[in-house]
Amino acid sequence: MAETMTNTGIIGRPIDRIDGPLKVMGRATYAYEHAMDGAAYGYILGAAIAKGRIAAIDTAEAEQAPGVLHVMTHRNAPPQPDFGPAITPTVPEVFTRARPMLATDRVRYYDEPVALVVAETFEAARAAAGLIKVRYKEEPGVFDLRAHLADAYAPKRTNAGFETDSAVGDFEAAFPAAAVKIDATYRTPYEHHNPMEPHATLAVWSGDGVTIHTSAQTLANFRAGLASTLGIPPERVRVVSPFLGGGFGSKLIIHADTVLAALAARVLRRPVKIALTRQQMFANAGHRAEMIQQVRLGANPDGRLTAMGYEVWSATSSFEEYCEQTAVFARSLYAAPNRLTRHRLVGVDLNRGEWMRSPGEAPGMLAFECAMDELAERLDLDPIELRIRNEPTEDPERGVPFSTRNLVACMQEGARRFGWESRNPVPGQVREGRKLIGYGMAAAIRPNYIGASTAQVSIDADGQVTARLDMTDIGTGTYTILTQIAAENLGVPLSAVRIELGDSNFPKTAGSGGSWGAASAGSALHNACNALKEKIMAAARSSEGSPFHGANATDANFAGGAITIGDRSERLADLVRRIVPEGLEAEGSVAAARESAAYTDYSQHAYGAHFAEVAVDCDTGEIRMRRMLSVIGAGRILNAKTARSQIIGGMTWGIGAALMEETVLDSRHGHFVNHDLAEYHVPVNGDVPGMEVVFLEEHDDKANPFGSKGLGELGVCGAGAAVANAVYNATGIRVREFPITLDKLLPALPSTAI
Amino acid sequence: MRAFTYERAGDAREAAAAVAARPEAKFISGGTNLLDLMKLDIERPAHLVDVSRLPLDRIEDTPEGGLRIGAQVRNSDLAADPRVRSRYPVLSQALLAGASGQIRNKASTGGNLLQRTRCYYFYDRNMPCNKREPGSGCSALEGFSRMHAILGASEACIAVHPSDMAVAMAALDASVETISPDGETRAIPVGDLHRLPGTTPNVETELGHGEMITAVTLPPAPPGRQIYRKVRDRASYAFALVSVAAIVEASGDGIRSARIAMGGVAAKPWRAAEAERALAGAVASDRAYTDAAEAALVGAQGYGGNDFKIPLAKRTVRQTLAAAIERA
Repeated sequence: MAETMTNTGIIGRPIDRIDGPLKVMGRATYAYEHAMDGAAYGYILGAAIAKGRIAAIDTAEAEQAPGVLHVMTHRNAPPQPDFGPAITPTVPEVFTRARPMLATDRVRYYDEPVALVVAETFEAARAAAGLIKVRYKEEPGVFDLRAHLADAYAPKRTNAGFETDSAVGDFEAAFPAAAVKIDATYRTPYEHHNPMEPHATLAVWSGDGVTIHTSAQTLANFRAGLASTLGIPPERVRVVSPFLGGGFGSKLIIHADTVLAALAARVLRRPVKIALTRQQMFANAGHRAEMIQQVRLGANPDGRLTAMGYEVWSATSSFEEYCEQTAVFARSLYAAPNRLTRHRLVGVDLNRGEWMRSPGEAPGMLAFECAMDELAERLDLDPIELRIRNEPTEDPERGVPFSTRNLVACMQEGARRFGWESRNPVPGQVREGRKLIGYGMAAAIRPNYIGASTAQVSIDADGQVTARLDMTDIGTGTYTILTQIAAENLGVPLSAVRIELGDSNFPKTAGSGGSWGAASAGSALHNACNALKEKIMAAARSSEGSPFHGANATDANFAGGAITIGDRSERLADLVRRIVPEGLEAEGSVAAARESAAYTDYSQHAYGAHFAEVAVDCDTGEIRMRRMLSVIGAGRILNAKTARSQIIGGMTWGIGAALMEETVLDSRHGHFVNHDLAEYHVPVNGDVPGMEVVFLEEHDDKANPFGSKGLGELGVCGAGAAVANAVYNATGIRVREFPITLDKLLPALPSTAI
Repeated sequence: MRAFTYERAGDAREAAAAVAARPEAKFISGGTNLLDLMKLDIERPAHLVDVSRLPLDRIEDTPEGGLRIGAQVRNSDLAADPRVRSRYPVLSQALLAGASGQIRNKASTGGNLLQRTRCYYFYDRNMPCNKREPGSGCSALEGFSRMHAILGASEACIAVHPSDMAVAMAALDASVETISPDGETRAIPVGDLHRLPGTTPNVETELGHGEMITAVTLPPAPPGRQIYRKVRDRASYAFALVSVAAIVEASGDGIRSARIAMGGVAAKPWRAAEAERALAGAVASDRAYTDAAEAALVGAQGYGGNDFKIPLAKRTVRQTLAAAIERA
C-alpha cells in the first residue's frame, strides 16, 4: 500500500474532546436516558442464596401491584438456548455465546436474577419486586479460594488464548541453586469495575428485529450474544451505543439488563428499559477474581536473575471459566535463563469473572513488581539498577526482537525528574513531623494489539467528511483521535470531519477493549481515507474539466482543504461539488494483527515506569499519596491530552488497587458484602495528588500506520506496585495482602515518641 | 421503594402529631439516608412528614453564651457559621470531615443525629439483622466486622453510629431539644440520645414515636483547645474507622481539664469519662496521654475484623491529646 499520510501535525496535538461540550451540557444521551414513548420499566429481583434451586416462587401479589405489566420468572420466560459448557471451544465464542436469563430454577450465584418485574414506572417495578416470595432449596457452595487450593486445576487456556504455562530452561534446578532468593506470596482481592454509568438497556422491537440502546464497549459482541440468546440471526439485532459512562471491561459482553429488556419487550410488545442498580452490578456485571500469587526469584550477587518462577492461583466461576492471564506479562519483561509461569484455577460458586482494566498486568504487576523490589533490597541494589541489569535483548520466552522497547529510558528519565537519587534505600528512615515518607517505583508493560476493523468514510459536495464505524468511545477520547486521524489523512480542518460511532449498522470494528481501540479503528479509518483519496483522484483525473485531468495521482498532496499536484491546486469541496456532486464514499479495513509478521516476528509492547511518594501517619498508619510520576514509552502519541487522561486514570486505578479496592466475599453466604460505592472504596479527589505524565518520543513502525501503541491500560500496569513499594520504603513493613490498609500496618508500626 | 403518602408539616407540633398519628409514619428532612434506605426496602414508611421547610433553620446565641442550632440547619451552613468556627471548631471540623459537600448541603442537624448505621448486613435485606428484623440474628458478629463496634456492643448487634457531628456535640455537652405530639418539650443530652444495642438494637434512641428534634443547644464554649481527628481509609468520603473529639485545657505544664469523645467505636458517640478524670490535673506528658488512651478503651472488645480498632483508637487518642496540648 502506498503510504500517503501527509503530516499536517494534527495527530498528536492535545485537541480538546470533540464530545466534551455535549457531555458538559448534558446533551450526550446515555442508554437509560434515551426517551421512548410508551417505554415500560423493568426491575430485576436477585437470588437471596448463592447456590441451589428455586423451590417455589409466588408472584401473585406482585402481579396485582399498581402499574405492573408483567412478571417474568423461569416458569414463563421465553425459551432460550441452554447456557452450555463452562468453556467455549474457541476464544471468540466467549464473547458471542448465548447468555440465557431466568431460564431454569437453578441458582448459580448470589443475586442471580430470579424474576423480572415490568411496570409503568421504575418505582412501581421495584416496589412490586419486593412483593415476590421465593422459597429456595439451598445447597452448600464453594467460595473460599484459599480453603480450596488443593482442588486447583490447570485450565486449557487463559484469557485471550494465552498459554496456561510456560517454561524455559530448568527453573526447579536453578532456583534452589541461586545465590540470592526471594520466595514471596501475595494475595490480590476481588475487585469491581464500577463504571459511573450502570449497565442499562432500552429494547425496542420492530417486526422481528430488535434495537437495543445500551452501554456497550463492543457492539459486535452484543449483537452476536443477544442474537444467540434470542435465537434470531444477528442481522435482526441492532445495537446503539454512542456514549458510555465508562466500561473498564465490564461492558464487553451482554448482561442481564440487555437480555431481559429484549425478552420482556418482545413479550409485552412495547419498549422496555432496564438498568442494574449499583448494588446489582457487584454480582451481575463481572469482577476481577481473587488470586494467590507466588513469585520466586533467584539471582546472582550482581543482580542478574538466574531463575524466575511465577505461579498464580485464581478463583473462577464454576459454570463459566475465566482465567485472567496474570503471569503472561512476565514472559516478556525481564531476562532470566530459567523460568516458569503457571496459572491454576479453583472453581467457586460466583458469577463469572470478566475482563477488568489491564487483565493480567493489573493484579500481576502489583505482586511481581513488589517482588522485584524485595529482591533489590535483598541484593542491596537500587530497584532501577536491578531492572536494568535484567533488561533483555530480545523477548525472553519467544526469542524474537522487540518492536520498540524504551523501559530503561522510561526508568532513567523518571528517576531524573522524580529526584529518585534522594530516596533513602533504608526503609522507615524519613520523617516529616508525624509522617513517614517513602519513595517507590515499578515498571510497566502492556502488549499492543490490533483487532479486525472496518471503517467507512464519505465526503459530500460541501467538503464535509463523515466517517462511520461501530466503534465506541468509552470515555477514552475515540471521537477525538478519529477526528484527528481523518483530518490529517485528508488534509482538512477538524471542523470538516464528523465521526459517527456506536451503531451496529456501521461497519464492524474491534470495539473498545484491550487498549486496541485507537490502533484498530484508527487504522481502518486511515485505510478508508486512503481509499477515499484514491477515488477522489480517480474522479479528478478522468474528469475533462479538472485541473488534475490525466495527472499522476501519486503526486497528489491533500492539505489545507485542497488538493495540490505541482502548481495545480483546487479546493477539495469545489472539486467534489463539480465532479461528483453526489459525493464519494470508501471503505477501509485492517486485519487482526496477531497472525501478521509484525506480531509473529516481533514482541510488541508499550512500556512505562511509575514513581510514587507516600506519607504514612506514624500514629494511625493512614497512607496518603503525595505525588506520582509516570514516564511512558508507547510509540507515537495520537492526542497528548486524551493520552495523559488515560495514563492518570490508570495511575489512579493503581492507587486504588494498592491502598483501598477490595470487594469482600462473605464465604458463609457467597455474597459480596460491601456492594456499594460507600463501602467499596476507590480513590476520591483528595487521594489523588499531583500527577505528572511524560511521554517519551517514540515511533513503532511495526505497530500500525501511526507508529502508536495502545495505552488505555498501561497506566494501571505496575502503578500500584510503585505505591506499595513506597509504603514499604516509608515504613519498612511489607504487606503482601492487597489492599494495604492501615490495619495491616498497625501491628508492625512502632509507637513514635510524642 | 414502597408507595407512601407525603405531607408538609405547618409547624413543629403539627409535624410531631402527624407522625404520632400513624405508626408507619416518619419525618423526612434532607433525606440523605432515609431515601437510600427506602430504595433498598429497608425503611418502609407508609407516610412521610416533611419537616425540612419548618422555620427551624436558624443558629441563635443563647443568653448563657452558647448557641441554639435549629434542627433544620444544614450541615454545610452549621460548619461555615463564624460563631461555630471560632468558638466550637471541633464541631466545624467534625462536620467537614463527614460525607461529601453535596450531602452536607442537604443533610440537616436533626437528621444527622438520627441517621442509621452503615453496617453492610443491615443494608442487605437477605441477611439476618436484629436491627432490621428483631430476632433474626446478627450477621456481622461472625461476618465481616471491620467497621464495627468495640465498645458497648452486644451479642445482638455490633453496629456503630456513623455520625461525626454527634461525636463533637457529645464532647461539647450539647443537648437535644424535642417536641412531642402533645406540645411538650424536653432536653436530652446528646450523649444520652442514642441507646446501646443490648437486646433491642432496633430501638436506637430515647425518642418516642412522633417526638421530633427541634434544636441542638451548645453550652458556652469550654476553655481549651478543640480538635476533631478522623481516621479513615481514604482522604474523604469515608466513615470513621475511629474518630476522636478532644477538648483540652492546659495550665502551664499541666492539664486542667480534658474531654474526649470517640466515634466509629460504638452505637453512640462514646465519652471517655475515665480518661477525662485521669487527665484532669495530670502533667502534660506522653505518659499521661498513653494512660488516658488506655483508660478510654477499658472494656473494649474486638470481633476479629475490627480488633485493630482497639490499638488504633488508643493511638489516635494519644496523638490527638498531644496535638491539642502542643497547640495550647
